[in-house]
Amino acid sequence: MKNLIFIELSKIFNKKRTYISFIVIFLISSIIQTALYFQGDKYLSFATRSLSNSFEFSGNLLNGYLIGFIILQSLSAYIPFLILLVGGDLLAGEATGGTYRIMLTRPISRNNFITAKFIAGIVYTNLLLIFMMLISLGFGIMIFGTGELIVFRDKLYVFAQDDIIWRFFLSYGFVILSMTTVLSLSILFSSLVENAIGPIISTMFVIITFLIISALNIEVLDSIKPFLFTNHMSSWRNFFVNPIDISQILLSFSVLLGHILFFYFLTVIIFKRKDILS
Amino acid sequence: MEETNINSEIILQVKGLTKKYGSLIAVNNLELNAYRGEVIGFLGPNGAGKSTTIRMLLGLIKPTSGSIEIFGKSLLKNRLDILKRVGAIVEKPDFYLYLSAYKNLEILGKISGMEIKKKRIKEVLEIVGLKKRARSKVQTYSFGMKQRLGIAQALLHNPELIILDEPTTGLDPQGIKEIRELILHLSYDLKKTIFLSSHILKEIEIIASRMIIINNGTTQIEGKVEDLLNSSQMKVRFEVDNTAKALEVVKLSMWNDNFVEAEKNILVFEMDQVEIGELNKFLVENNIIVSSVVPIRSLEDYFLKITEGSTE
Repeated sequence: MKNLIFIELSKIFNKKRTYISFIVIFLISSIIQTALYFQGDKYLSFATRSLSNSFEFSGNLLNGYLIGFIILQSLSAYIPFLILLVGGDLLAGEATGGTYRIMLTRPISRNNFITAKFIAGIVYTNLLLIFMMLISLGFGIMIFGTGELIVFRDKLYVFAQDDIIWRFFLSYGFVILSMTTVLSLSILFSSLVENAIGPIISTMFVIITFLIISALNIEVLDSIKPFLFTNHMSSWRNFFVNPIDISQILLSFSVLLGHILFFYFLTVIIFKRKDILS
Repeated sequence: MEETNINSEIILQVKGLTKKYGSLIAVNNLELNAYRGEVIGFLGPNGAGKSTTIRMLLGLIKPTSGSIEIFGKSLLKNRLDILKRVGAIVEKPDFYLYLSAYKNLEILGKISGMEIKKKRIKEVLEIVGLKKRARSKVQTYSFGMKQRLGIAQALLHNPELIILDEPTTGLDPQGIKEIRELILHLSYDLKKTIFLSSHILKEIEIIASRMIIINNGTTQIEGKVEDLLNSSQMKVRFEVDNTAKALEVVKLSMWNDNFVEAEKNILVFEMDQVEIGELNKFLVENNIIVSSVVPIRSLEDYFLKITEGSTE
């Protein structure tokens, strides 16, 4: 099993498309950081204009934490599409390349083959988000320094310097879980077809459809909304409120984990029955 | 055809193997046996069910019904144990194009169920003549080179049973000769059992000791190549100077029963080998100049006859 995981990782990181996601994250983070470096004050005064009559803001508000938060908020909606580049190709790529034949005529079980793919995909997801954290938060702190973090949601939250980092770590952990759900869905679709484009488009279609359903205020849809994984993907924001709503986070955690397990086991069942015709 | 060292131990036994895709029956109640140490040729026209059968033998496709036993064990229940002892090329040679040949073999070696040392990888690359290009990415390889690499990966873990699906496709004549020699070496010197599917029928005639012909998913015939060859009369093409005159004398003689067809200055007869000389003498004695005599009895003729007959 260990060998299979290393083999899958080596396949992922020997493909050029794997690095597209890293390049995209680096470019977008750099653009946001450069823009805020030159026009951060304007951005800040615009963001706090409605509160300036009631509050007096002082200190280094345009700091690395705020930059990290802005980038996380901006990119979290787009990362699923970057995850799909690899997830959609994990199984369908083997079918397209005809390499199922050389792999599955070796003494490895299909169960282990799928599990290794999932684990390698999760490792890739983790590395991508760790990279994003380093680029956004790490570079942000290096360039903009530290300070208190102000977050405006339903109300204004101000977090002290020593009360921020752990929130970022937990938020990133949650985003990783969300992205693993997307990855799992793309692997499931990937097991059904022989071309990587299909799973990418199908997963995007599901995400967009679920997001539309979540946004619609139609009573009949309210009962299913809590079960849509897309409804829970932004729950990382719950770490940036006070007090933290643990029950909401646990609910989102359970829904996402449930989806991951469901997609994984469904993929295993489908793949074990699949005739390799490619 | 060369003599082989077949013994009676059955390595591969297929009984009643059937694969259906909806109403389409790809393989229908197929029966076959392969014995230790033999090279068995697996012949059939396109769409006969060869590749489906090979995929079922390797666990890539699940049979609808029937049984496959390899090394005396059920493939369904012992797939992993069996595959440790089987090497295969299935259809065209596909690899991870973005990796080198060496890296591809290293990956496959790690999941072969036994320790494959670097020395062994280099050894098989040398056997197939790819040692110098071992570090090149497979995407830079020609089809023939990929085919060689396919053979290398099939041999990597030193399997007892080697299943080769069209192994010489895409190779140049020298490459074909080398692969034939390699297959014979594997069989005679290393006592491997080779299950060889090929559309190059001459190849089967040269290499195989036994053959199975399938068509429409069922076994048409199974037996020793030599026996099958001798079971039918051969066709002989006589090239003559005057077709009309030759036809006239033939039609008035006992050779008329052997006459098949005439085409330009070629007369085709069906006859036993011993009769060729007699007919030649007869034509010459009747003042017909025979410039060439070409026996066309071969496995190819036999194969075509069987498969055409079965599709009628």
